[in-house]
Amino acid sequence: MSTPLPQEPVVDLQLALSHGLTQEEFEKVRAILGRTPSFTELGIFSVMWSEHCSYKSSRIHLKRFPTTGAQVLQGPGENAGAIDIGGGLAAVFKMESHNHPSYVEPYQGAATGVGGILRDIFTMGARPIASMNSLRFGSPDHPRSKYLVGGVVAGIAGYGNCIGIPTVGGEVMFHPSYDGNILVNVMNLGIAHASRIFKGQARGPGNTVFYVGSRTGRDGIHGASLLASASFEADSESKRPTVQVGDPFAEKLLLEACLELMKTDYVIGIQDMGAAGLTSSSVEMAGRSGTGIDLDLDRVPVREEKMTPYEMMLSESQERMLVVVRRGTEEKVREIFRKWDLEGVAVGEVTSTGHLQVKFRGNRVADIPVKPIAEGAPILKRPMARPANAEGDARLDLARIKDVAHPAKALKGLLGSLNLCSREWIYRQYDHMVRSNTIVRPGSDAAVIRIKGSSHALALTTDCNSRYCYLDPRAGARIAVAEASRNLACSGAVAQALTDCLNFGNPERPEVMWQFSECVDGIAEACQSLEIPVISGNVSFYNETEGRGILPTPTIGMVGIIEDARSAMHSYFAREGDLIVLLGTLGEELGGSEYLSQVHNLEAGAVPHLDLAREEAVQYACIDAITEGLVASAHDCAEGGLAVALAECCFHPQGLLGAEVVLPAGKRLDALLFGESQSRILVSLQKASLPKLEKICQERDAPFSVLGTVGGNRLKISVGQDAEINATVAELRKPWSEALPTWMV
Amino acid sequence: MKFGIVVFPGSNCEHDCYHVVKHVLRQDASFLWHKEKNLARSDCVILPGGFAHGDYLRCGAMAKFSPIMETVSRFAAEGGPVVGICNGFQILAEAGLLPGALIRNRTLHYLCQDVYLRTDSNASPFTRKIPHGKVLKMPIGHGEGCYYADAKTLSRLEVEGRIAFRYCDAKGNLDEESNPNGSLKSIAGVLNERGNVLGLMPHPDRCAEAILGNEDGRILFESVIGR
Repeated sequence: MSTPLPQEPVVDLQLALSHGLTQEEFEKVRAILGRTPSFTELGIFSVMWSEHCSYKSSRIHLKRFPTTGAQVLQGPGENAGAIDIGGGLAAVFKMESHNHPSYVEPYQGAATGVGGILRDIFTMGARPIASMNSLRFGSPDHPRSKYLVGGVVAGIAGYGNCIGIPTVGGEVMFHPSYDGNILVNVMNLGIAHASRIFKGQARGPGNTVFYVGSRTGRDGIHGASLLASASFEADSESKRPTVQVGDPFAEKLLLEACLELMKTDYVIGIQDMGAAGLTSSSVEMAGRSGTGIDLDLDRVPVREEKMTPYEMMLSESQERMLVVVRRGTEEKVREIFRKWDLEGVAVGEVTSTGHLQVKFRGNRVADIPVKPIAEGAPILKRPMARPANAEGDARLDLARIKDVAHPAKALKGLLGSLNLCSREWIYRQYDHMVRSNTIVRPGSDAAVIRIKGSSHALALTTDCNSRYCYLDPRAGARIAVAEASRNLACSGAVAQALTDCLNFGNPERPEVMWQFSECVDGIAEACQSLEIPVISGNVSFYNETEGRGILPTPTIGMVGIIEDARSAMHSYFAREGDLIVLLGTLGEELGGSEYLSQVHNLEAGAVPHLDLAREEAVQYACIDAITEGLVASAHDCAEGGLAVALAECCFHPQGLLGAEVVLPAGKRLDALLFGESQSRILVSLQKASLPKLEKICQERDAPFSVLGTVGGNRLKISVGQDAEINATVAELRKPWSEALPTWMV
Repeated sequence: MKFGIVVFPGSNCEHDCYHVVKHVLRQDASFLWHKEKNLARSDCVILPGGFAHGDYLRCGAMAKFSPIMETVSRFAAEGGPVVGICNGFQILAEAGLLPGALIRNRTLHYLCQDVYLRTDSNASPFTRKIPHGKVLKMPIGHGEGCYYADAKTLSRLEVEGRIAFRYCDAKGNLDEESNPNGSLKSIAGVLNERGNVLGLMPHPDRCAEAILGNEDGRILFESVIGR
């Protein structure tokens, strides 16, 4: 094997470095093999030990997450996590990033991001039923922003709509730190029989390894190692060939064929060929089972001529799966794939050697012990340092900032800003109703999906305030978890578990590692307190261009259960004459707010205080009230504060409804109206139901106050005797509904 | 009554249709794989929404060559009720079972939203229980739903009362603002000459249950049941 195949370069340290391995790692490879690796082996090690596949910088930190709970059927480590949702069913979900590819080629990058996360779900034996996403774009003024928004949205829509899985919601934020590094985080949720969850295993020597799906091409080679595991430079366009091209139709066939196959007892294990393709799927499956795998590359279906073993092992062509089936069932397996016009080819065998052995035209081109490559990836304890600016940013002298003079104008400005305006232009392009399960559509705090054949519904949301995470990573991450859970509570759901997508800059910079570590701690603290385990996730480092990193963005995707689907709640005022009640307290915290950023161009101050015990009390009061059928709407007060939340409650898609609210005078009007204090939910209910709500709040120890009444066609917010905001709902809705389509034109 | 729901590779609303007829309306139902040639004694055939064969070519252009389409054509010619929803409508138009074509939406974007429909013909098995002029609310979800036909065909459709549904506002008025995709004459659904084949872009299968907040689509299925 030391003789290179014709046209293969000679493997030496220089070549290893250009593959992204360090000198130390290259020495370790030689020690494992007892010789210099072949070119194909070098490729295999470089992708397996890339940041993207090995989590080498993050692994020691991720251990701090709570990952267990009575409901957890599968925690981190598999293709996706799974929880028990009753009735013999499991919810399987995960979130993943496709950031760099989407910046380089927005349509295909985003589309294949969706394709990848779907495969992670149906690999587990689950039928995907709902997708979500969390997107970050650069400044609205950046010349590339519109192109990227248009491309990413079209890519998500193109893939999800075609394969027929609804995209039911998500979140979007614009900020200059993402100018050169947008974020495309996609989440999917599937339903499986709790007793039929499939794993990426290659048990039983002698069993057959099947290759299923699209043919292997040269697309995506080094996507994981070079595109996902290094910072961008000015020439990021030149990396376009490393982006894969999606084929949702092929994936639809693959999905149906795999689910049909999984109804049989032929399958031992199955794994998606995602990042690092054939390499990672075979190594990881054998690694989990303590076996080996023999692969015969001459049998791998290829779509291009003269592909080398190196290219075949590293290709990231989409819509492919590796399936280990019981020996003797091959013909029946082929029959199922043939029905769906798919290629299902036996490309190898499970062995007891503990080695991955790869054959090509009679030559053995790779022979690697599985355990050291799967588990022996370097674990780094990267240096951490608190950024120098942290303290400066936390200082905010409100005395030097003038209080708001024209609150109605400020409110309209916020509602018409790209960060707070209606997302309808986006979600209208997503088929959010296919599969006919969507009870609460995009636009409310959480989307709600009924489960056919069950009285339950599932609520799901994605959330992160990256500005908070920049100002105080630990507090920001705590808030991200709390707010995601609060979003679910507003739909009536009790949070069950979360998945995360941790997007950060270059981990080789101590400041970035510090942000990362603080965010992990923040998530862990909130999870422990709210009893929400982390069951799956993804880390995306190197979101950095020319040394400029993104705001730390630990996106949280969360799933909750509503016992009675019929009680699922939306966020819009629904009845004239209903009382408006605030669960929680008014609060006047301006630090880190959208208002400060937009009106005063300031990203500073202490992020809002979060008391997790209070948070839990408010959420459960809300859930109880919804479950008992007391309220007609529930809406979280988030970015833009109380005034923006009130306005949003008035924007019922079936017909606008006004409100009249009186607030007690505070220290500052801007802080009262636009401050983003946590643990606050606005609900509306009939007057007659108020005593019952009072009782719930007492039992839950949740503060509450009656703020006003629903009705009319104006939103009137008075402070003491003064009407500070008095505008028709229609004139408030106009900038809110028009901002995004107007900007996109 | 037995419904046969055709499944092309790439169909994705077959389960939604199955759910409505089987679990909501308690009728018999089965899936008909596109490679089959018989309709399993179905009394009514549904061509569901989706992206048959990926719709990488013109929508429905490949699906019309599936073996089952010959049998569906024969069933239709004998007067059997056939409804094509969304992609199913596109396939019926491509197969020549319905006149006209569905081209890209005026905005060039895929659109998923509620629309209002005015019922302009109840002379079909699928609309017979709907009062003439009745306004229904239904979701759409398509990128190629702009109905197009030449002037002669359009006037024939109108004269013969074969325009089943038109996009309208909540009160039943026709105007361009209520026409989401730019369809000529605001056409959302048409009938064949005999009236037994209906194609429509909106999704009655997505609004046939109280839990989904809208039951307006139910009446189309109820119309055809127990004729």
